[in-house]
Amino acid sequence: MPDGNPRTRRAIPPAELLITGVHVLDPRAGLDEPRDILIRAGHIAELGAPGTLTDADAAGTETIDGTGKHAFPGFVDPHVHLRTPGQEYKEDLVTGTAAAAAGGFVTVVAMPNTDPVVDDPSILRALVDRAQQDAGIPVGFLAAITRGLGGGELTEMAALSDAGARGFTDDGKPVTSAGMLRKALQYQRLSGGVIALHEEDPALSGDGVMHEGAVSARLGLAGIPSLSESTMIARDAALAGYEDARVHIQHVSAEESVQALAAAKAAGARVTAEATPHHLTLTDEAVRSLDSRFKMNPPLRTDQDRRALLTALRSGVIDCIATDHAPHARHEKEVPFEQAPMGTTGLETAFAALHTDLVIPGELELEILIHRLSAGAAIFDLPVPRIAPDAPANLCLVDLEGQFIPGANGYASRSENCCFHGRRLRGRVLLTLAAGALAYRAPLDAPARTLSAR
Amino acid sequence: MSAQLAAKHLISIDDLDRSGIEQILDRAESFAEVAGREIKKVPALRGRTVVNLFYEASTRTSSSFELAAKRLSADVVSIRSAGSAVDKGESLKDTIHTLSAYDPAAIVIRSPHAGAAQLVAGWTPASVINAGDGKHEHPTQALLDAFTLRRRLGSLDGLNIWIVGDVMHSRVARSNILAFNRMGAKTTVCGPPTLLPRGIGALGCRVTPVLTGIDQADVIYVLRMQQERMREAFVPSLREYAARYQIGAGHLGPGQLLMHPGPVNRGIELSADAIDSPQALIGDQVKAGVAVRMAVLYELLAHAPALAAAA
Repeated sequence: MPDGNPRTRRAIPPAELLITGVHVLDPRAGLDEPRDILIRAGHIAELGAPGTLTDADAAGTETIDGTGKHAFPGFVDPHVHLRTPGQEYKEDLVTGTAAAAAGGFVTVVAMPNTDPVVDDPSILRALVDRAQQDAGIPVGFLAAITRGLGGGELTEMAALSDAGARGFTDDGKPVTSAGMLRKALQYQRLSGGVIALHEEDPALSGDGVMHEGAVSARLGLAGIPSLSESTMIARDAALAGYEDARVHIQHVSAEESVQALAAAKAAGARVTAEATPHHLTLTDEAVRSLDSRFKMNPPLRTDQDRRALLTALRSGVIDCIATDHAPHARHEKEVPFEQAPMGTTGLETAFAALHTDLVIPGELELEILIHRLSAGAAIFDLPVPRIAPDAPANLCLVDLEGQFIPGANGYASRSENCCFHGRRLRGRVLLTLAAGALAYRAPLDAPARTLSAR
Repeated sequence: MSAQLAAKHLISIDDLDRSGIEQILDRAESFAEVAGREIKKVPALRGRTVVNLFYEASTRTSSSFELAAKRLSADVVSIRSAGSAVDKGESLKDTIHTLSAYDPAAIVIRSPHAGAAQLVAGWTPASVINAGDGKHEHPTQALLDAFTLRRRLGSLDGLNIWIVGDVMHSRVARSNILAFNRMGAKTTVCGPPTLLPRGIGALGCRVTPVLTGIDQADVIYVLRMQQERMREAFVPSLREYAARYQIGAGHLGPGQLLMHPGPVNRGIELSADAIDSPQALIGDQVKAGVAVRMAVLYELLAHAPALAAAA
């Protein structure tokens, strides 16, 4: 299998860079102090006390004054929709990875619910080739569990694995049949790769468009009860335990789901889980506006659910953060709430939204946030970014005081359906190095620069 | 006269406080008087345009809005989705931009989707009046119901009002709970458990699946069984529904009033003898529709300087 895979992005010259006096926070390395970071040929050559490293011995090395800024291990997003192939009017590999890099991400994992669905090795190979031309950062691809996401017939999982699949998912849809999922879990012994699950019982979610509760009752919108998710998690964790398979629960949204997950983990099932920035910061109260930016699946739930997710993220019951970046074109979202497609973009705002809404008010420790923003890597057998000597440069430089308003200067993403649109957020990514190469640098002329002056 | 309403649009009963509702009802009283004249027309909106845009079948709401605008001397354009550009795939946004080019003072919209009126308000300089959006709200229905009750009883303060039937699919129920409560009444919603949405009590109503205690109600407001909005069977059969929840003349104690937003499913939610009983206000409700919608148009538009006159 591909390892780190710089091969799944376009060729970019390796970085030669000296960042001085930057506060390095790498929870896995136990590092939380100012450092000079010297990057040579895309690798971290040296980490030194502030003021000890120079670039004098190399021509062409740029020096960046990192004083007052933070360097974090680059973020890894295990759940994005890059819409290629087939829906490039929403996003493509160029714009999607540019959005990721702008948000400090150094690797993303793309979902297979494209058009056509990534359910065949030839489609996957073509996609990997495309990524080698277009992607600005490495992209891991998941393949479908069932052909056409139809739920009726397994894909050639082993062949897809050979073609580079990092795992399998029917994301966007649940695997409704327990029998079908069980076969996939059995086949995982041959194919390897985690099976990622969108948990929803369609018999309970029906034609629901938001969380079922007081707000849906007020608005007259059909609700999606929390137990449409939690009952499926309980079912699938039991199946995974029985088959000793590895499953990953996508975008957990409800308190009952957290309880089901905690029980499964306590019972020893090999199950991991992710939560999104929007479920960790917003509630169904936002839907009172009937703004389709707040329409996503699973839906925004209550503050009690949000708090349960946060507690689970801190304790590790939820392992990692995933954006479920789901771009949709303006004309698709500019319709009444019930008619709009589900999904919000999230790559460019993930860190800033979580920092603004959780870290600054004291609900979440910065080091836990930084850890969870790259914890998805290990789940999908991707390299875990580290700020350590000899490691490939996978890091982002962030100004925690820097403010910006999502959308005020447009988006790197092709779409603008961001649920944090128009909010003032604090915590601005200045620079991203992915797999040893410069993937993003904040524009110098952006007004945020003056705001970030200290 | 009274001050201009704070709201530019009427999207939800939440756009009005009690004094705003009373201002509209007071105005409607004077327009009800106009309806008694031989020439039922006043010049309040002369030279101004009102667009009625109906994406759903409607008889009484669309005809009463049209009559209301005409009795205020406005120029009226009525568009139904069948046969219009909407039918040819035009988006709501493009339709609104097109219609806004005619410089209407108001756009009255009915849509099968919650939030449509609110979206429209963001796309046009005209005042927007929600004539029903999905299962969300139907504020002019609630106003005409409050008007009907106030006319009959003088006030809604302290009234015990039961709203019975398919609450889940009813925009009328939502707007009426809000309006009745705002006017000082206490509301109870009652219906089959599968048609009482979880969380509806947060609107400020009592919730019960049985008719027990309905003899204490001052007003029984019966909802239409909205078979057209049901995509699955919420009740085992209409026969069982009728057996449990149908209001007949036998339910009506002396002094109890009966209301229904129409159109009635005779023999399902109401028995024929109840519909025809003197305690039924159903005809009064229809009659109130024109006066109340005139009042809404007048209060939203007439105080604002006419763009045509200013030009």
